[in-house]
Amino acid sequence: MRFPEARGGGVTAIEDVSFSVADGEVVALIGPSGCGKSTLLNIAAGLQPPTSGQALVDGEPVEGPNAHVAFMLQKDLLLPWRTVAENVMLGAEIQGERRSECLRRAGELLCAFHLADFADRYPHQLSGGMRQRVALARTLAVNPSVLLLDEPFSAVDAQTRIVLQRDLAQTLERAEKTALLITHDLHEAVILSDRVLVMSRRPGRIVEEITIEAGHRSDPYLRRQDGKIGDYVSRLMQRLEIAPPPPPQAAAYRQ
Amino acid sequence: MTSARSNLMRRGTAASVALLVLFLAAWQCGPALLGIPHFIVPPASMVFKEFLRMLAVNHLLFHTGVTAAEVVCGFVLGSLLGAASGYLLGMSPVAEFALSPYILALQIAPKVAFAPLFILWMGYTVYPKILVATLIVFFPVMVNVMTALRGTDPDLINLARSFTASRAQIFWKIEFPSSMPPLFASLRIGATLAVVGVVVGELVGGNSGLGFLLTFGEGQANTPMVFVCILMLTAIGGIAYVSVVALEQQVLHYMPARPLGGL
Repeated sequence: MRFPEARGGGVTAIEDVSFSVADGEVVALIGPSGCGKSTLLNIAAGLQPPTSGQALVDGEPVEGPNAHVAFMLQKDLLLPWRTVAENVMLGAEIQGERRSECLRRAGELLCAFHLADFADRYPHQLSGGMRQRVALARTLAVNPSVLLLDEPFSAVDAQTRIVLQRDLAQTLERAEKTALLITHDLHEAVILSDRVLVMSRRPGRIVEEITIEAGHRSDPYLRRQDGKIGDYVSRLMQRLEIAPPPPPQAAAYRQ
Repeated sequence: MTSARSNLMRRGTAASVALLVLFLAAWQCGPALLGIPHFIVPPASMVFKEFLRMLAVNHLLFHTGVTAAEVVCGFVLGSLLGAASGYLLGMSPVAEFALSPYILALQIAPKVAFAPLFILWMGYTVYPKILVATLIVFFPVMVNVMTALRGTDPDLINLARSFTASRAQIFWKIEFPSSMPPLFASLRIGATLAVVGVVVGELVGGNSGLGFLLTFGEGQANTPMVFVCILMLTAIGGIAYVSVVALEQQVLHYMPARPLGGL
């Protein structure tokens, strides 16, 4: 994928952004709020045309929403009038799959996410973490080659998030999906991805690219234990200017 | 939780029944105790006697039936037309922008004031009454549906779009179902307003319906008769309202359960 520049309502959201994501790669995108991360995702999803430049998926320019790309947001966006299984089927149904095929896929995904017992429940009967898993299943049900994830777990509690991160990591690995993950959680960026892109304040540009050289991308538990993770996180903090400055001044003060 | 709720319902029901008994007793004995003459506030038993007399002599059931039928026709027509216009305007911002001053003007105009006009047009038939009810139901339904469509969560629409949904699919899979709760809220209002529309139409002119009996009773200074008519009209409105709520519970069965069965 190649990314362009977009201008919305007189404000330049992102400028001169260009990067690509290889097949099967997971790339995390971090940056201060309002730096245009979501704009980028909307362009990639074909929901919003860029002012200039273009986005390419599988070498073809994105000219509108297309079936290869699916996205998932912080809000689960489950439809309250549909059961869990019907919610999972939404995308496949819109794309004109036969009902039996939709049901089969929904059943498989719900099993994989340990939600089979809840297939006929309604969203309001589910916990926040379960709802978010249903949303992930719905995203996967259209069998996209590219997943765009916009802070998918930022609205769930810390413990649920750990479980959901594992579910996502395993799914991405198993199905060999390509993913672009936007997150505020630096830890999440490091443990889930192959590469982290850091964006600057608006107008957003990519100011740093860090390749994560740690194994176990499909198992966040194991990767967390890797000593290098902490280093990556502190490097990101410094790049985003949220870490305390390194302590040479303290030495000067002592003199 | 469930037992707490059933406990609440039992105590609430007991209190409601007790209040009703208290109210009827006060109505029966109050006027005499306070020295209020019967032609101002007739006691409950007198109203009940008048009710039985009207059943036998004044074709009370016929008039109630006429009014009820007019209410149902006006309500159904008004809500169908209101919902259809609401969906059309909600989907076309240009049409909404162009029509909004006129919609506002019509909304401000007191609908019941049209009753004499409609009677001039259509004579002393049931049609002007139905038309007033239609007009009075139309606006809340249309405005609610229009606002609901405009207020559909844009992220939901983007979600459907990202799945390559067509405009029609977005409407039927996202916008239409998400407009159901506001639509039913307006139908509840419409059910009670329809009774107002019909009665005003009947008060203005005609020789059938409870509104006609109301003016007839007034002309004879028959206060109990007026009371009976008011009670019957309330009953019609109540049944209409409860029917809408019952339908709402069928359609919106996916919503979390509310206490009091959603009343």
